[in-house]
Amino acid sequence: MRLEVSDIRVERGGRRVLDGLSFALAPGEALIVTGPNGAGKSTLLRVLAGLLPLKQGRIAIGGAEDPPCAELAHYVGHADGNKASLTAAENLSFWAAMLRSRQGRGTSLPPAEALAAFALAHASDLPVAVLSAGQKRRVALARLLVAPRPIWLLDEPLNALDAASQARLSHLMHDHLGQGGMIVAATHSALDLPNARQLTLRQ
Amino acid sequence: MRSALAALFWRELGIARRSGGGTSTGLVFFLVLAAIFPFAVGPDLNLLARIGPAILWIATLLSTLLGLDRLFQADHEDGSLDLMLTSETPLELIVLVKCAAHWLTTALPLVVIAPLFGLALAQEAPALGRVTLSLFAGTPALTLIGAVGAAVTVSLRRGGLLMAVLVLPLTIPVLIFGVSAAGAGAADPVPFAAPFAILCALSLAAIAGAPFAAAAALRYGGE
Repeated sequence: MRLEVSDIRVERGGRRVLDGLSFALAPGEALIVTGPNGAGKSTLLRVLAGLLPLKQGRIAIGGAEDPPCAELAHYVGHADGNKASLTAAENLSFWAAMLRSRQGRGTSLPPAEALAAFALAHASDLPVAVLSAGQKRRVALARLLVAPRPIWLLDEPLNALDAASQARLSHLMHDHLGQGGMIVAATHSALDLPNARQLTLRQ
Repeated sequence: MRSALAALFWRELGIARRSGGGTSTGLVFFLVLAAIFPFAVGPDLNLLARIGPAILWIATLLSTLLGLDRLFQADHEDGSLDLMLTSETPLELIVLVKCAAHWLTTALPLVVIAPLFGLALAQEAPALGRVTLSLFAGTPALTLIGAVGAAVTVSLRRGGLLMAVLVLPLTIPVLIFGVSAAGAGAADPVPFAAPFAILCALSLAAIAGAPFAAAAALRYGGE
């Protein structure tokens, strides 16, 4: 399995945001996307998640019979995707069922263990509404663990996280890469991924 | 392991139960609408009995629309809709399941309570049965047609009014056959079966077609 992005062009509101962008990722590789505000980092992730149309170019996953990139990818964007009135565990078990992928190899954790991996075991029965911003973010990130998907698309994953949670996340990212996963992360802060490739977008 | 659609269905019911509002607001709105009509019409029981089914249908239509604008908007705002788009489950089925849960939590209570309000509108027992049955058969069409409007206006702030303007004209056929099934036999001897069968057909057609329209609108609305 290989993620190949060839010569894509994306327009938003009539403005060309990405043009002629190409890269490829092999299993176990990470790509860190940097650039100033408005350079198209989030747009690139949304395109990979299948949420924005391509004007030109293509995004392919290795074999022809493989599903589209969107169905193999976890997308963690600016919005957390959790319902405030449901508990953290209920949100996660819903996403575990909804995002389960037939192609997904690797182990999926039950919601309680995924929350424990982000040191949120005590919050599993609390409604998401009462959690702090950083805790909400960790519930969203715990989604990465409840349904196995090989590609992680992370938009500013370190936002609102404290130092201990940042360390936990980078540990989990190392594990994911070690199991042959792929990561595309857009960030302004330094991610602890020594062998990651860099992609700098310009306005 | 639950299937994705079953999980979605129970999640929607859980949200409706926890955050409340939807069901009870709809019922109270329905009560208020049904209650102010007699004040406007005046103390003529015969007139009230004749237009009672129409009042119940209009009140149901407006109460159904009340909560529909949030059907996809809430998911759009908190990012859930984006994640559902990355699911292997077809978006059309997701729309259908969300509509089923929405109908169960907002429209079905109206159908159940309608005979009670019908009493206040001087409806006889057979008329109560007809109007309840016609509401039961017709409300799925209202919910699904409304879902298309909700999907089209998903990314608009304050899109609720626009949604009502878009959806209300489309519900006219449902209203016509619903009221004629409900009011059949009241004044002129119209058979019940013919308009009721068309009402059922409208609901079935909406179940078959509306999820595709709503899903297409949601896919483009993400931009």
